[in-house]
Amino acid sequence: MVSRTTDDYEKLALAGCETICEPAFWAGFDRASAQGFYDYFRQITEYEPKRAARFGIKHYTWLCINPKESEDPELADDVLALIPQFLDKPNVLGIGEIGLNKNSRNELQVLEKHIQIAADFDQLILVHTPHLEDKLKGTRLILDALKNHSKITPDRVIIDHVEEHTIDLVLNQGFWAGITLYPESKCTPHRAIDMLEARSGERIWMNSACDWGISDPLAVPKTMLEMKRRGWSPTAIQRVAYDNPVAFMKQSGKFHLD
Amino acid sequence: MNTWTPPANVNLVDLGFMDSRSKLIDLAAFLDRVQRAGQEGDFRVAALKQAIELLAGDQPERARNILLSFSDPSTEPIPKATTQGAVGAVPPGQG
Ligand SMILES: [Zn+2]
Repeated sequence: MVSRTTDDYEKLALAGCETICEPAFWAGFDRASAQGFYDYFRQITEYEPKRAARFGIKHYTWLCINPKESEDPELADDVLALIPQFLDKPNVLGIGEIGLNKNSRNELQVLEKHIQIAADFDQLILVHTPHLEDKLKGTRLILDALKNHSKITPDRVIIDHVEEHTIDLVLNQGFWAGITLYPESKCTPHRAIDMLEARSGERIWMNSACDWGISDPLAVPKTMLEMKRRGWSPTAIQRVAYDNPVAFMKQSGKFHLD
Repeated sequence: MNTWTPPANVNLVDLGFMDSRSKLIDLAAFLDRVQRAGQEGDFRVAALKQAIELLAGDQPERARNILLSFSDPSTEPIPKATTQGAVGAVPPGQG
């Protein structure tokens, strides 16, 4: 987790976390060149797994240029060209988190190029949906882009940061949905549990945002505690918090728990 | 996949009332504060007031409907991203 201190790995280990997956995302600032991404890809494929391993945590990751930095097509092309050489790294699960930020034409073009890489190299896809007022429109555009590609099968794609107004668009078209727990925007534990209860917890995972903003790496275990208070059985909690993400990520062929 | 077992019946009002009461009073105080400061004309405050009306709905779809009311209804990609952030409501002239 490049944006977090080592203390957060310790906290996760103490809370019983065995494995994490970290998407490639924004660095808190815009990188000046593709070389910055090359170093970043090395960091999340070589260094972060070692940092996590010190606490007995397995570290997996995803690769892309994130939508926030996708407005510059030349930079994006240079970064896209770097991705294939990292795809064979043992902790890389696929392409992500790709998607849209402000729903612009250039962002959409870069998204389509990522989808093509995922298709060419038979990779899983992790999708970031835009924030706040841009989420609904962005989710629709992203789903259309994915469905327009003949080689992409929805059960190998997870659409992350869904909320009450986007979750059914995603699930009804056969994709997996991710609920991101975040203190200030996105979703709270109670809302996440409401969405899960209404949909029997099928094809949904939930994750703690661990980025540059105020975020809580322990949001998932805290939500599991809330589930218990709301009458969930240990089996049902296990299924949503553990079995579902394992089932999705195992499709990569590289993901294993031992 | 295992079969889904619905959660046991618990008193959800016990679990959530105090938190919701507190958030509602915070919302009321926010509206008072911006009004006293003469800032209630801001498009975000207007969007909030419109969304509050949706709380009176009688279907268990209030959260979804409020999120929809804050959403950009347009469908075409914008020509160029000129900012990176979002503000939570659709700015005037957009959408
Ligand atoms: Zn994201």
